Amino acid sequence: MMYKDTPVIVTQKGEVEGQRMVPKAELPHVDAAAYYGDASRPGKAPLPNLAEITVLRHYTNLSLKNYGVENGTYPLGSCTMKYNPKINEDAASLTGFAQTHPLQPDSTIQGNLELLWDLEKQLSFICGMDRFTFQPAAGAHGEMTGLLLIKAYHEKRGDTDRNVMIVPDSAHGTNPASAMMVGYKVREVKSNERGMVDLAALKAAIGDGKDIAGLMLTNPSTLGIFDENVIEITKMVHEAGGLNYYDGANLNAIMMQVRPGDMGFDVVHLNVHKTFSTPHGGGGPGAGPVGLKNILAPFLPVPFVEKQDDQFRLVHETEDTIGKVRGFIGSFGIFVRTYAYILANGQDGLKAVSEGAVANSTYMFEKLKNDYKVPTSTKTMHEFIITSEVLKSKYGVNTMDVAKRLIDYGFHPPTVYFPLIVPEAMMVEPTETETREDLDQLIDAFKKIAEEAATEPDLVKGAPHNTPIARPNETQAARNPVLKA
Amino acid sequence: MNGYLPQDRASRQAMLESVGISLDRLFDMVPDQLRFEGESDHLQKEGYAEYEVIRALDALASKNVDSKRFDSYLGGGIYDHYQPAAVRHLTQRQEFLTAYTPYQAEISQGTMQAIFEWQSYICRLTGLDVSNASMYDGASSAAEAMLMACRTKKRSRVFVSEGVNPEIVKTIRTYLHAVGFEVVLGALDKNGQTESFLPAEEDEYAAWLIQSPNYYGIVEDLTGFAEKAHASGALAVASCDLISLALLKPPGECGIDIAVGDGQSLGLPQNFGGPTVGYMATTNELLRRMPGRICGETVDRDGKRCYVLTIQAREQHIRREKATSNICSNQALLATSATIYLAMMGESGLREVALQSQSKAMYLLGKLVETGLFEPVFKGAFFREFALRPVKDLDLVALNKALLDDGILGGYVLPGNMWLIAVTEKKTLAQLDRFIAAVTRFAGKEVAK
Amino acid sequence: MSELRDDVKYAKSHEWVKVEGDIAVIGLTDYAQDQMGDLVFAEVVPAGTTVAVEDSIGSVESVKMASDVYAPVAGEVVEANDTLEDAPEQINETPYDTWLVKIRLSDPAELDQLLDKEGYAALIAEES
Repeated sequence: MMYKDTPVIVTQKGEVEGQRMVPKAELPHVDAAAYYGDASRPGKAPLPNLAEITVLRHYTNLSLKNYGVENGTYPLGSCTMKYNPKINEDAASLTGFAQTHPLQPDSTIQGNLELLWDLEKQLSFICGMDRFTFQPAAGAHGEMTGLLLIKAYHEKRGDTDRNVMIVPDSAHGTNPASAMMVGYKVREVKSNERGMVDLAALKAAIGDGKDIAGLMLTNPSTLGIFDENVIEITKMVHEAGGLNYYDGANLNAIMMQVRPGDMGFDVVHLNVHKTFSTPHGGGGPGAGPVGLKNILAPFLPVPFVEKQDDQFRLVHETEDTIGKVRGFIGSFGIFVRTYAYILANGQDGLKAVSEGAVANSTYMFEKLKNDYKVPTSTKTMHEFIITSEVLKSKYGVNTMDVAKRLIDYGFHPPTVYFPLIVPEAMMVEPTETETREDLDQLIDAFKKIAEEAATEPDLVKGAPHNTPIARPNETQAARNPVLKA
Repeated sequence: MNGYLPQDRASRQAMLESVGISLDRLFDMVPDQLRFEGESDHLQKEGYAEYEVIRALDALASKNVDSKRFDSYLGGGIYDHYQPAAVRHLTQRQEFLTAYTPYQAEISQGTMQAIFEWQSYICRLTGLDVSNASMYDGASSAAEAMLMACRTKKRSRVFVSEGVNPEIVKTIRTYLHAVGFEVVLGALDKNGQTESFLPAEEDEYAAWLIQSPNYYGIVEDLTGFAEKAHASGALAVASCDLISLALLKPPGECGIDIAVGDGQSLGLPQNFGGPTVGYMATTNELLRRMPGRICGETVDRDGKRCYVLTIQAREQHIRREKATSNICSNQALLATSATIYLAMMGESGLREVALQSQSKAMYLLGKLVETGLFEPVFKGAFFREFALRPVKDLDLVALNKALLDDGILGGYVLPGNMWLIAVTEKKTLAQLDRFIAAVTRFAGKEVAK
Repeated sequence: MSELRDDVKYAKSHEWVKVEGDIAVIGLTDYAQDQMGDLVFAEVVPAGTTVAVEDSIGSVESVKMASDVYAPVAGEVVEANDTLEDAPEQINETPYDTWLVKIRLSDPAELDQLLDKEGYAALIAEES
């Protein structure tokens, strides 16, 4: 396969005008220059007028330089690259959903509101929470929203000295960054040798507890490890007067097996683009709905859905709401997909999802644990970490090389160099939607690369070999930024 | 039913047994007392077949009124512009749709270049030097711009025009309140433009924010605004609609330091308000203060032109609590969708959309005023959207209700008995006349009563 | 092995300090630049800024890392190296000949808190 050169679209020449997309004018055009005066654009905006076929070929050729879930196994740890059902795309594009406006009267959007109402009940059940807000646009946005709820809770009680958020060192980088966005200080606690929160370190971090706003925990952690002390951890934070935040990035590992609410968490965000199969879209749109216990309900962002008799309505104002974190209701189109996925699975299906995710990961780990170094012997759940530390010290082949070589074998590489606390980490998450054959092929590729590292290290270090480009110069990109054409 | 699982329990068991593990022990780490066994009225036990799923969703969608069946005159931040068929066909390609964030440059040049093209289009439309890879939406983008200004200026107060969409103002309040910063609102004059005054304690503001066209559709004087903001030592920030920039002077040429806004008007479905895509553009000087992902051009090991995520050291995965923002994604697919929209429309198509939307809006405004029932709230030049006030006693909520019976979603009723009406190029003259007739009919009945 | 020099003192946060009269010239150590990798951006506070010990006097970025640079001594920044913005790679190439800022010492006694060559060598041996 030859990859076509694709000059940046704005630099392409075209003469065909795009007016074909607009109906013939029935009225004389306003004279914009005269009407807007000094505020009007001098000259024309510098955008090319391209033929439709030029545009289609350009973006089709660009798409061929991408790798999607339908190209092959995509074991990106923590990202949960499972199959994105086609029917969900059809559902979200139904005119009755896609062409509704957020400012329509409630009586004209009963279907939308009923869907959100139902979904709120479902997600609350799945998470052991009382309420959900659909405002946050992404996981990190959900974290910020959840922390704002915690902050509002303490403030309402006049408990304003609580400004410390405890975050384990294995956490996603968004956790400390989100804490910063709500004005909290971060106190990091170390993981113990089993990859769990070190209880003594946690106790020390809590201290007298007076400044503790709460704790953020991902469980299973980014190491794929379920913290068996979770009840004790959340209890310690509660006793200190803090609240517990559950980072739902890895909920897919435990869905319907155990619920964050039952583990002692007061607030949780979900990444529906992970657990509930909405497509990642090359980086978004996702959605990060936030679940909360009743103690936080007075602070719910607005609007939210309420049911009265058989009618649904949007509530736009409450006394103690934290307000809005984005425009309008939320990423509704994404929630249509989420809802479709939940219907397709049912409760039993969702439970099978987490079992399948852990089964596939466990199988792969058992097959690979002798070929790569493993950072901890603790049993992992839906994802596991192997490292290239041995390959690096013996043959000079590092994790980036292994990742790039996997591309040659037709796979997307795992997440690399994360979590930061594990050197040369590769975080592998096969997901439940892979067949055993898919897993075996990926396992074989990993094994072969470990062999190649010993026998032909340059082959691995020179990877990838068949991609449109290889090993871009990132230093040049950052030193002399060229950010547009 | 196995949902989307390619294996059943028996095959999972067999697979695990082959490596000496028991399926029943997978969740041993979970303390027994936490293992969940419960049921809910809201979640059925067994999964639906695909046809049952779409039937259930179709039934819900049918309970709504949508702007295909009804003529909608709603705007206020979300606009019903036509999306060329090619846009959806291309963005539904699984290579764009299902890919992750482009972390592995070798197999994500498609997404990377599409983002680079989005940045290029945003810079060309706004007249600014640099754009990021996109933000969640226009409201959160404005809020992030306020924080960016506060970081840059090391000040903790911002000035926001009352002409800014309340959705944006509320979002800014949430973001700024979180870190103890203050939002001060400024009023509009009789033309509907932000009153030209310097806020008190002028040197304490990190940013002045204006929207153009503003919430009431009025085109603002960005140049004058930027001059005054700069004189007070603040950054000038403008929220601008991208379609309007086909006709209006780009904010970058008006001295604006940061432009933000929502890209929904570039043919994205209204989607009940989301997801949409926010944009943010700024000057070279402020590049490293800007939150969000940025894609840059470079060369690969063979000297071939290619694209990478760059200037990442500002971001959360490296800086953690010292990052410029916690944002770690962009709205890549929607940015791609908006980019393809711009490629399909070109300058001529975009200008035609803008001109027709405006010409039709002016026609409708004129005719509605001619009925003697309404007067424009503001006198200034507007774009695509305008606010009316009933001259006589007229209940706008009742009017909207009556219009529904005629298959029309009327304008949005604002506090103060104002009617906010948006018109896009999709409306035909016949539809506009029908709207005018329906309004007149209702008013006639009201008078008869 | 990172280069160390006799004619400078070292801060635990990996800055070097060279004293010229009442002026302290500050740069990044060879070890620091090596740990960062190719620098792509450097920024320092402008002349006229008054800093206390451990205040940020700027930041440096490589492709994968970003780090603040801290003041090893207190005083007024009398000169800032503004050539770094366009050519941050100078720090990688000649770390001990590329200064970031010059600070007029407000308390020369603070210099005694800094490490000498052996002390710093021990520190980086421990870190790596």
